Amino acid sequence: MTASTVSTPTPTKNGSPPRRRPGKRTTLLLLNTVSVVGGIGIWWVLALSGLQLPTPPEVLVKGIELWSDGTLMEDLTASLGRVLAGFLLGSAAAVPVGFLMGWYTPARGLFEPWIQFFRTIPPLALLPLVLVLMGIGELPKVFVIFLAAFLACVISTYQGVVSVDRTLINAARVLGAKDGTIFLRVVVPASSPFILVGMRVGLGSAWATLVAAELLAAQAGLGFRMQQAQTYYDLATIFVSIVVIGILGLAMDRLLLLAETRLTGWQERR
Amino acid sequence: MTTTQDTPRTMTDTAKISVRDTRKTFALQDEEFVALDGVSLDVADNEFVTVVGPSGCGKSTLMNIVAGLETPTSGEVLVDGKGVTGPGPERGVIFQQYALFPWLTVRKNVEFGLKVAGLPAAERRERAEHYVRLVGLEQFADALPKTLSGGMKQRCAIARAYAVNPSILLMDEPFGALDALTRVRLQEQLLDTWSTEKRTVLFITHDVDEAVFLAGRVVVMAARPGRIHEVIDVDLPYPRTEDVRLSPAFGELRNRVWRAVYHQTADH
Repeated sequence: MTASTVSTPTPTKNGSPPRRRPGKRTTLLLLNTVSVVGGIGIWWVLALSGLQLPTPPEVLVKGIELWSDGTLMEDLTASLGRVLAGFLLGSAAAVPVGFLMGWYTPARGLFEPWIQFFRTIPPLALLPLVLVLMGIGELPKVFVIFLAAFLACVISTYQGVVSVDRTLINAARVLGAKDGTIFLRVVVPASSPFILVGMRVGLGSAWATLVAAELLAAQAGLGFRMQQAQTYYDLATIFVSIVVIGILGLAMDRLLLLAETRLTGWQERR
Repeated sequence: MTTTQDTPRTMTDTAKISVRDTRKTFALQDEEFVALDGVSLDVADNEFVTVVGPSGCGKSTLMNIVAGLETPTSGEVLVDGKGVTGPGPERGVIFQQYALFPWLTVRKNVEFGLKVAGLPAAERRERAEHYVRLVGLEQFADALPKTLSGGMKQRCAIARAYAVNPSILLMDEPFGALDALTRVRLQEQLLDTWSTEKRTVLFITHDVDEAVFLAGRVVVMAARPGRIHEVIDVDLPYPRTEDVRLSPAFGELRNRVWRAVYHQTADH
């Protein structure tokens, strides 16, 4: 057989389809910038026109001040620590449970009612109970974040395992693969896009839960700082916290997106 | 290995594949649907047999049973005289939907079966290299399936099936999703590959031309219930060239198979 006889598309290293016109990218970036600058402008105008908002420079000065006296760093470390601990533990637990549910019917029968039940309860609603049971240390906060990340990721992983193409499993079987090999070499990679989507959703959920948990019970953290600033009518500090939470959330989401494109770039987009 | 029973049958014939009085029924909304009704077929070693028939005649079911992916309701399939109880590496399968692992490159796809068999990396690489070259994909060895055309994907699947060195190739409408031109080229290339490395081939198709062009024997099936209608010997010489395809003898056989497929006497 010769390759020349059949149409031969050029293979690209990562298999990325040809880029869209570079002009479109630049336009989008330009519009993004205009939108951000415009938004800050409107905020500034509103602040100056008598609305009780701090101006952007005031927020910036406050941010620098909080940074240089170490408060911001302390809050960041506390919040990030909780979110990462809860999110990583939640995802780490969700992946095996999701796989078990998708692969073994008994596991599905045993896990499903609990997952469906707790999915309908916002993890935050469990905080009062968890606080009573676990005290007011780090444990209850990490636990509710864990729960938020776990529930988001477990359903997605389960869906991924269930929707693995039967033909791929058959293809592996006729090549001599047994159950264990099929699981590791077919089911796991085939459901990885679902797992990563679940992790992204889980991360968003973890952030939301974190800030709320800190508002209720914490001695440090971005949510706690906002709560405290509220009592002192310190709007600039609230703004600094909001901006930092947004930037951190965005950065973590981008990191996962990067991982997603690297790990699941093999998918055929239809 | 759970693929074949260890007790060889006392049957004395030397058929490579022997389908014996095989029946397969499915429950279909409280009704019994007979996919295969007492099908018997012997395929000799290194024979190229095509199975053609209208949709619903059970030709894919027949192939899945021989592959060990489905179990017959009654009857049995013997491969090398041993009963089939599951899939096995001595029977390579090529699916219509290619079934390449999309996260693996062409080379890694071809190596998959070898890895499962536990071959050392160097040997794996060498064998894969050979079969990737045999199907003419050496330039694309490190490409992902999504960058390949349909024809190239199927060539990769053929290389993957060949790599584990099966004595039987089961092909389920492998070229069915391809355009007419690509299909003809792949038919010629498949015969090229087959003549270099002979295997017993059971090839399912719905294309009469394809069935006659490839086969030493065409099995025509009928539907409702699925059964063998007629078996037609194709006494055309290999290698099958374009001249063969355009010869009157080919046309005659083609017409015979056509009539057998499309003008089956309704006996129900």
